[in-house]
Amino acid sequence: MTLALEPIADPAAPLARRNPVAKLAAALLFSLPLIATLDPLTPALALAIELAVVPFFGLRYSTLARRAWPVLVASLGLLITMVLFSANRSGTLLLDLGPFDVTTGVLMSALGLILRLFAVAVPGVLLFATTDPTDLADALVQNAKAPARFAVGALAAFRLLPLLGAEWQMLTLARRARGIDAGHNPFAAVRLFVSTAFALLVGALRRGGRLAVAMDARGFDSGLPRTYARKQSFRTADIALIAGALVLSALALGTSITLGLFRPII
Amino acid sequence: MSEVVLRGFGWRHAGRRAWAVRDVDLHIAHGERVLLLGPSGAGKSTLLAALSGLLPEDSGEAEGTIEIDGLDPRKARDQVGIVFQDPQTQLVMARSGDDVAFGLENRGVPPAQIWPRVSDALDRVGFPYPITRSTAALSGGEAQRLALAGVLALRPGLLLLDEPTANLDPAGATLVRESLGSLTGTTMILVEHRVAEVLPLVDRVVVLEPGGGVRADGTPEMVFAAYGDRLADEGVWVPGFTIPPLKSASAATPELVRAEKVSVDQRLAPVCLGAGPGELLAVTGPNGAGKSTLALLLGGLLAPSGGRVRGFGDQRPPHKWRAATLTGRIGSVFQNPEHQFVTARVSDELAVGPRRLGKAPAAVAATVSDLLERLRLTKLAAANPYTLSGGEARRLSVATALATAPRLLVLDEPTFGQDRRTWIELVTLLATLRDDGHAIVAVTHDDDFVQTVADRTFALGPARRHDPLPHRRPRS
Repeated sequence: MTLALEPIADPAAPLARRNPVAKLAAALLFSLPLIATLDPLTPALALAIELAVVPFFGLRYSTLARRAWPVLVASLGLLITMVLFSANRSGTLLLDLGPFDVTTGVLMSALGLILRLFAVAVPGVLLFATTDPTDLADALVQNAKAPARFAVGALAAFRLLPLLGAEWQMLTLARRARGIDAGHNPFAAVRLFVSTAFALLVGALRRGGRLAVAMDARGFDSGLPRTYARKQSFRTADIALIAGALVLSALALGTSITLGLFRPII
Repeated sequence: MSEVVLRGFGWRHAGRRAWAVRDVDLHIAHGERVLLLGPSGAGKSTLLAALSGLLPEDSGEAEGTIEIDGLDPRKARDQVGIVFQDPQTQLVMARSGDDVAFGLENRGVPPAQIWPRVSDALDRVGFPYPITRSTAALSGGEAQRLALAGVLALRPGLLLLDEPTANLDPAGATLVRESLGSLTGTTMILVEHRVAEVLPLVDRVVVLEPGGGVRADGTPEMVFAAYGDRLADEGVWVPGFTIPPLKSASAATPELVRAEKVSVDQRLAPVCLGAGPGELLAVTGPNGAGKSTLALLLGGLLAPSGGRVRGFGDQRPPHKWRAATLTGRIGSVFQNPEHQFVTARVSDELAVGPRRLGKAPAAVAATVSDLLERLRLTKLAAANPYTLSGGEARRLSVATALATAPRLLVLDEPTFGQDRRTWIELVTLLATLRDDGHAIVAVTHDDDFVQTVADRTFALGPARRHDPLPHRRPRS
């Protein structure tokens, strides 16, 4: 089990180079309005725009697909949930399954939700695939005036994350060595999972505590004003990125309103 | 360089009855290099924490005075740097140069001065990589050198080192000692288990007395001539005190397990290896050669990607056995004892294995009390395993493996970081188990261990190192 969190895009691409805070703001401003609508058209338009700008972030579509696979899994889950529990069974009957009839109405609702999921997730994937975590923390502190205690602290904790994967494997193996396995018993499997997770948590807390002491010893959060070794600058191009995101978001919403397909959530 | 003065200093952690350290009178002059010794529990780490200003006033009770250049340590924090044991929890940033810069940023050093001071500090510790090197790609010794550079960049007048090599393999420890040996311009206080190796780095030895006071203070020769025997008995690795070898008396017997050309992708090149009762086999080799992986394979915990492990007359390989079967045949002791603890009491911990084997309650109780006795854990029977000291936790992890009476024991670095007393206990116990007919395989870096108790050594070759993360340039 490894956790791949490193940026994987071409760092020289025009939009990948933008200030991380600008990218974060653009991602939020573009995708948040999508949550306000239930129709499938708005997220479809948004997704089309997102896919169109992917090359400007220096990311290949195949890499994007690899990064986005959890979203694929989640959308499959959504589809199954909608088929099982959807209250709206209107439209043409496509598959006769008694209480779980699959109708065009069910499929349209599912499609709307899945498109929304993708349209909201892709900007996030783009952000993290093109942004170095250190740069993000630097920019949050320098350009968004986030407290260093929070941003640098989170960054330090983030560095310890990949260790958790290795730790989990050791804990699992050690339990087997102690004669503990779940066999085919699902209850035992849950118990074993919980006890392993607890041990992982205890270890992570101790490690976090030691790291906090070491950071403290090097003067972190001592009240002195910090200086910055790496300068993050916020340029006109960064403002343009945010403005562009706003315009494109308005365009997607405007189109669906004009076509009369806009269905607000409330 | 700083001067340290303690007069009748003592500290008691809040909620504790005993003083962690007490009645310490000490004067350390500018530029002195002091080795601080004492049996475990004498308060060495507490003293370092006090000197580094890391003991908040409300976290306990103080006595006497402690001063650095005439100031309370909490007010002299920019004069003091401290390096801890574990390099993993001292590095903050993803790139090496950024990590050294971290402390300078915190101290408000002007940006134009930061990068020159970073390269200067990296040069002083002999860091061999560019500043963009990923901190995740460093070996333990390299990471500890980087942690030292992060502290030196702040130009401390007083450098405190709390067992800086205890978590490192011999090669890594040598790297760190080389860096320390070339340091000038700072007063240094070092706490370290393995005394012989660090003696060239110091000019004065101070021994703390458990329960209070300073037992001895002087040049290394003076202190060891007068107190060497006593310190060795208390677990300090005093130079020149050797331990007689404990080799197997019996001849080799048929093998219990055999690994036939086993390999694991990226981790272990194919090896053939067998282990039989009455023999202690030491597996040695440099970092990254796959020693721990081999231990997991022999312990039936990992499936090989090539070759196979056979043993105990079973047609199925050990990694396919049910856990209960496995634990009755092969006992594995991990490098970090805490990975193996699954209960909240020492005695429960020992009962887990026998219960999984379906032993009757009376038999379980008998096994537990026997093991508590043999491994000197009886007084700790009700304690939480996570609260034990390093030596106690190690003894408990060995005891848990013995509880199911397996005929093969596989141990990963059993003597790692142990004081001399626990070391002797462990080595004697393993020799006894071997002579009782157990097969023992121990993965180890510890030359003394190999010399003293191993009957045969299997040396793994060096591995190709691969870099888990790409290097990237920081933004300027």
